[in-house]
Order: sequence, then C-alpha cells, then structure tokens
Amino acid sequence: MGEVIVITSGKGGVGKTTTTANLGTGIALQGKKVVLIDTDIGLRNLDVVMGLENRIVYDLVDVIEGQCRLKQALIKDKRFEGLYLLPAPQTRDKNAVAPHQMVDLCEELKKEYDYIIIDCPAGIEQGFKNAIAGADRAFVVTTPEVSAVRDADRIIGLLEANEIRNPQLIVNRVRPDMVKRGDMMSIEDIIDILAIGLIGVVPDDENIIISTNRGEPAVNDSKSIAGQAYRNITRRILGEDVPFINLNNSDGFLAKMKKLFGIKPA
Amino acid sequence: MVDLFKFFKKKDSSKDVAKERLKLVLIHDRSNVSPQFLEMVKSEIIRVIQNYMEIDEDTLDIQLTKTNSDDGERIVPALVANIPIKGMKNAGRQSL
Repeated sequence: MGEVIVITSGKGGVGKTTTTANLGTGIALQGKKVVLIDTDIGLRNLDVVMGLENRIVYDLVDVIEGQCRLKQALIKDKRFEGLYLLPAPQTRDKNAVAPHQMVDLCEELKKEYDYIIIDCPAGIEQGFKNAIAGADRAFVVTTPEVSAVRDADRIIGLLEANEIRNPQLIVNRVRPDMVKRGDMMSIEDIIDILAIGLIGVVPDDENIIISTNRGEPAVNDSKSIAGQAYRNITRRILGEDVPFINLNNSDGFLAKMKKLFGIKPA
Repeated sequence: MVDLFKFFKKKDSSKDVAKERLKLVLIHDRSNVSPQFLEMVKSEIIRVIQNYMEIDEDTLDIQLTKTNSDDGERIVPALVANIPIKGMKNAGRQSL
C-alpha cells in the first residue's frame, strides 16, 4: 500500500512544483514506483518543470470524468524507471474536481504505486482542498521570508483542521551567507515560529533555474547543492536518518555548504 | 560585558525585526482576532470598570500577546490589559 504526500505552502512561488518534481524523481531513483499529480488546474507547470510537456494526451479531469482510463493518462517518464506524471488540465475550472474524487483517485493509485506526490496550487480555496483530500502526509514548503512563513502557518492550521497530522517543513532558498550576517531568518528561527518538524533545508542554488530551463530535475545532478539537499530529503522520506547540518562552525562558506549538504571535499 | 555587546551592536538585525513582526502577526492570525474585535472588548471592559473606579482612558492599553502556560511548557496567547487607576468611586468603598 502506497503513501500519499501533498506538497503545499499557501504562498505561491516558494518552490512547491520544483520540490514535487525533485522529490518524485529522487524517490524513483531509489527504485520506488512514484506518481506525481499536478492539481493546479488551469495553471499547470509540473509538466514543464519535469520536461514532459510534449507528451500530454489526457489529464486529471479526464480521469475523474471517466473520459479515459487512469493508465492512459499517466505519462511514463522514460528517463527514470518507475516515475509517472498525471498532469492538470490547462483549460478547465478548479471546480471540475471535488475532494471525494481525489480521495478515490489516491486510493486507486496507492494499490499499485509506492508514493503518490501531489503538487498543490497556491491559496486555500478549492484547489487546496482537492489537493489535500487524499493525503496521508503533508510537506509545507516555505522560504525564510515573513510572507511565506506567515502563509505556511495558516496552511499548518488548515492541515490540522483537516486531520492531516504532523505536517513537516521544507525550508527552501536558504542563503547561509545572509543568515550568518543576521539578514535572513535561520532554520531555528522558522521552526521556533511554526513549531513543526523539519524534513529538509534546500539552499538557494542557481542550478535550479538551469535545470528547470532544461526540464531535468536537479536531484539527478550530482554537482547541484540543491540537488544534494533533495537527495537528503528523499532518503528521509524512505525512513533513513540523515543528519541536519550545523551552520555555526568556523569553516569557509563553500566548505560549510558542502559539509552541510553532504558533499565530500574534492 | 552585555552592555558592551549592546553598545557595539547598533540595532537589531533585520532577521530579528522579521521574527518579532511575524510573531505578533501570527498571534492575530491564529486567534482570528481583528482590531475591531479588540476595540469592542476594550470598550466593554472600560464600561464595567468605570462603574467602580476612575481610570485613565488615554493611557489604557489592552492587547493580545503571549505568555507561558501554567505548566511552563507552552507559549499561549493572553489578553493583557494595563489600566491605570486614578481613584476609587464611592460604590467601590467598603461600607462601614
């Protein structure tokens, strides 16, 4: 029986889609069967981030309305064994899907796949309700900014109100140099405020933009520091105890970052 | 030592400002309390207390903040009122 994980944030632009693409790819690289579902109806993007935009025939709403079989709508990623994408429709309304239909879809997928990762739209309306309906577990993505942390707090409250217990936090786009000089909230500051468990810290990395340009998830790039962070989160999802990193040592910035994300010095 | 440290540290770093602002805004977000609601509470409290005491309405301060819970393990929201008393009204005196 598989597990359904929703990636959510409240605020837009903090990296939900990038996180979904990288964690899904990372889990597939570990030999698991994974389905990624884009629930951002009308503003789909997981397809382009994954580089699968030219392969869409059917979408989430086609499946829910019975226009096609589930298997027909799943796009198999030929680069990564066991990885599939169920895209969102681009020309439909959010109300084309109801939460109970998402529950049914997730139950169906759990029979055959190890992980179902749901990319949630920004906001707290219908799209959010659909995305979390079938979830067993939630990851809340935030960045070290007041607006993103505030929205994350709201989302955590809504997840708990919907009985999705113990959501876990991913802090994205951290800049250790700014944290060090006191111009960016640290991981500890954010956890102190949000009071939830941490599952990952992803440093700001221009490789993410480059890999998104190419449609190749950074998790597969051994030189990308964000990719290493996503590989660490992947291992934590699979139950491994991967230590978090201490930012307060006296190493130089690069050495610190490499140590932080587990890249051994050359 | 501490004072010396403060002396060299001219002002709060921007992340401290961010953290403080966030904490305050989240108290309101989490308790779903609007400024209008607080005004209503404030005027009701003033009305009741004025039956017994003369109070200084101008310097009266009432706000939602947070405090340690009784067991000291959690931070909980609290309604804190600072109400300066100018004098007691006759109704408040103990009758002999």
